[in-house]
Amino acid sequence: MDLNTKFTPKSWPDHAEQATLEGKNKFVGIWIFICSDIVLFASVFATYLSLKDKGPAGMDISAAELFGLELAFVMTMLLLTSSLTSVYAMYHMKNFNSKGVLIWMGITVLLGLGFLGLEIYEFYEYTVHEGFGFTHSAFSSSFYVLVGTHGLHVIIGLVWITGLIIRNMKRGLNLYNAPKFFAASIYWHFIDVVWVFIFTVVYLMGVLG
Amino acid sequence: MSSVAISKKTGFGATLWDYLTTVDHKKLGNMYFFAGLLFFAIAGFEALLIRIQLMVPNNDFVSAGLFNELLTMHGTTMLFLAATPLLFGFMNAIVPLQIGARDVAFPFLNSLGFWLFFLGALFLHLSFFMGGAPDAGWTSYASLSLYSPGHGIDFYVLGLQISGAGTLISGINFIVTIITMRAPGMTFMRMPLFTWTTLISSALILFAFPPLTVGLFFMLVDRMFGANFFDHTMGGNTIIWEHLFWIFGHPEVYILVLPAFGLFSEIIPVFARKRLFGYSSMVFATILIGFLGFMVWAHHMFTTGLGPTANAIFAVATMAIAVPTGMKVFNWILTIWGGSIKVTVPMIYALGFIPSFVAGGVTGVMQATAPLDYQLHDSYFIVAHFHYVIVGGIVTAIFGATHFYWPIMFNRVLNEKLGYIVFWVFFIGFHLTFFLQHFLGLMGMPRRVFTYQADQGWDLYNFISSIGAIMMGIGVILLVVNMLLSIKGKPVNQRDYWGDGRSLEWALVTPVPFYNFKQTPLIRGYDPYWIEKHEGNKEGMTYAEPLGDIHMPHGSILPLIMSIGMFIAAFGALYHPDGVSWSVPVIILGIGITVACMILRSFKDDLGYHVHKEEIIALEEELYGKGGNK
Ligand code: HEM
Ligand SMILES: [Cu+2]
Repeated sequence: MDLNTKFTPKSWPDHAEQATLEGKNKFVGIWIFICSDIVLFASVFATYLSLKDKGPAGMDISAAELFGLELAFVMTMLLLTSSLTSVYAMYHMKNFNSKGVLIWMGITVLLGLGFLGLEIYEFYEYTVHEGFGFTHSAFSSSFYVLVGTHGLHVIIGLVWITGLIIRNMKRGLNLYNAPKFFAASIYWHFIDVVWVFIFTVVYLMGVLG
Repeated sequence: MSSVAISKKTGFGATLWDYLTTVDHKKLGNMYFFAGLLFFAIAGFEALLIRIQLMVPNNDFVSAGLFNELLTMHGTTMLFLAATPLLFGFMNAIVPLQIGARDVAFPFLNSLGFWLFFLGALFLHLSFFMGGAPDAGWTSYASLSLYSPGHGIDFYVLGLQISGAGTLISGINFIVTIITMRAPGMTFMRMPLFTWTTLISSALILFAFPPLTVGLFFMLVDRMFGANFFDHTMGGNTIIWEHLFWIFGHPEVYILVLPAFGLFSEIIPVFARKRLFGYSSMVFATILIGFLGFMVWAHHMFTTGLGPTANAIFAVATMAIAVPTGMKVFNWILTIWGGSIKVTVPMIYALGFIPSFVAGGVTGVMQATAPLDYQLHDSYFIVAHFHYVIVGGIVTAIFGATHFYWPIMFNRVLNEKLGYIVFWVFFIGFHLTFFLQHFLGLMGMPRRVFTYQADQGWDLYNFISSIGAIMMGIGVILLVVNMLLSIKGKPVNQRDYWGDGRSLEWALVTPVPFYNFKQTPLIRGYDPYWIEKHEGNKEGMTYAEPLGDIHMPHGSILPLIMSIGMFIAAFGALYHPDGVSWSVPVIILGIGITVACMILRSFKDDLGYHVHKEEIIALEEELYGKGGNK
């Protein structure tokens, strides 16, 4: 099918994101990429677990004292909700409602920004007020790299989705941009799932000691 | 807009621009091939210097420090920057033809993968001119490399990080291509073995490169930004590097050897003139090797002290890989068995490969015996083992495939006489170099030493080994001469150069036009071209569609600029620990360039263009004379 074809809600295909070869490639490609990203995170998680609470002799900061659940809980809620809103966007994509896609993707970005702001605030608190800087200990290095790698993924996702919104603000949906929105939303879900693991491994298990 | 693509621009500038911007898998394949060859030559030269230093005891041809740099750069370059791109060259050039695709799934990313690899490699090699190369071995164990003075290790970390990203991107690209772009009728169980091994090897890249990326990143922030992953005084642990490195490192050897297996599985049936024996068991063995390849990394760490339980488990798992590997060896032998063998240069490489590789496999199983490995570890026995698998397996495959696929890749033929000479010089040189190293190892000569005392019974063997290395060097030079001579040779201009081609790529008349098959072929079984040939089809293949317009992607300069951005950022990071004021701005500038290109890319629609039916007919007449591709 031609990428420039104009559609009506009636003629819009059921799986617009996979209606072209390019779309199908993007769809398979993002999943394959996520497979490798899972291994990337697994490596960082394993390192974090083995370096947790490790530091120079006499280090007086431990996960149990440092981490709290309140902030992490709010962050979790923001990110989980943003996953839901991106599902709404995909729902509207199925119905050929480009306004709906843009609005819900926009809300996703706002929630993601909220999450990112809280994360930056958290890092700032730890470094400046707790004296738990990046170079403080093996524990601090592995903490910042683990959570920061996730944060970097969030930033990439935000730039990506914002770019899509701006680029497609004025034109409707077509078979060229539908796969792009779809791939971005899969990626966004993945970031969300990784955060669930971070919440469990870093914060819950951290507070438990 | 399409006629632009066909009308030929000539002149050096236009050609250069074409190669800098191309997204054509065949051109990128050639670029990978020649870039790989360049680094193969550089690393080979380093190997010669190493062997000259070790030729006689108490030699002072190179200093101990320079020796370490040569050794490190030899290993790193050979594995990451020579063997990998040479194999990627064949994958790019051949796999889309084997499955009847127009191109790869993401042509833009294909080009990005190449340029990242190339600029990462360039960055690593700049270390020679900028204060010294890395010197902690290709494994760069953290306990050694963390405090290595100068910037050598930083070059290693950043260079491999960039080129590794390129490799990962290419791996994803191949997987998607093979999953979604096979011609109608090309089911998974009809795919040629080179395509299969490319798929599995790409899957290994997918899972093996992220741990390396992570390990390199830890090293990067430890050395350049004050982190403490490996510094035990700060609670770090250097063993983490060993694990991450080998979780990558062992699959890496299979990433390289599986495509080599695939190439031989293409060569052997053609010249035995017999269907590949045990096709489905070959596929099964490939998958099994890929899977087990991830279960054995700690056999490189038997002496680290993981404890007897871990050692026993990893020993048994390692030995288990010998089973599917053995299946493959028997399948090759049984393909040859009873065949009507035609000895050609590719075939003689295949015949030389089987015993050489088996020897490497057998010593591998010996090393897998943990108690014995305490004796063999870090000795020349290890050096002999992995050169038997790497040279005996991978390099012979690359050389054999170079002769085999030269007609398709360049529409020329490599001289056969010279080809045999190269084979014998190289093959004899190879065994001279490495066979005796087994015994050097058993006699106690440690690996990675820059010199040794006389009269320990090592002198003669080392001398012979160096003579062998010189022969290998001569062989490679003659191979390059052969390639250069072929430029002047007659064009092939036919399909099925060897006369016994079986898989789809042989159905194409060379030179292959940029869109590959003008109509997508219909695949009616395993060895599709052989089937058509035997039914008397004179047109190569039966086609799945009438002749129509062809949709092609546009070229782009952005991949190169994006890679240059990463290259610039790497310099900023490199000089960060020196406390210079410009390091962070340079990092931001470099990454900014890359991100700007990405945004530009997503804001400019790239819908590709159509080549019209009439243009195809005209082009084919120009290429193949009247009547077109018949
Ligand atoms: C039957 C298959 C194989 C077995 C059982 C095997 C086993 C082993 C073992 C146990 C070691 C560690 C020795 C030590 O350092 O003490 C080793 C080292 C090595 N093997 Fe293999 N191997 C096999 C195939 C391969 C293949 C196919 C390749 C490459 C294509 C390869 C490349 C290497 C390399 C590069 C090293 C040295 C790594 C280093 O320490 O620098 N091996 N092998
Ligand atoms: Cu191994």
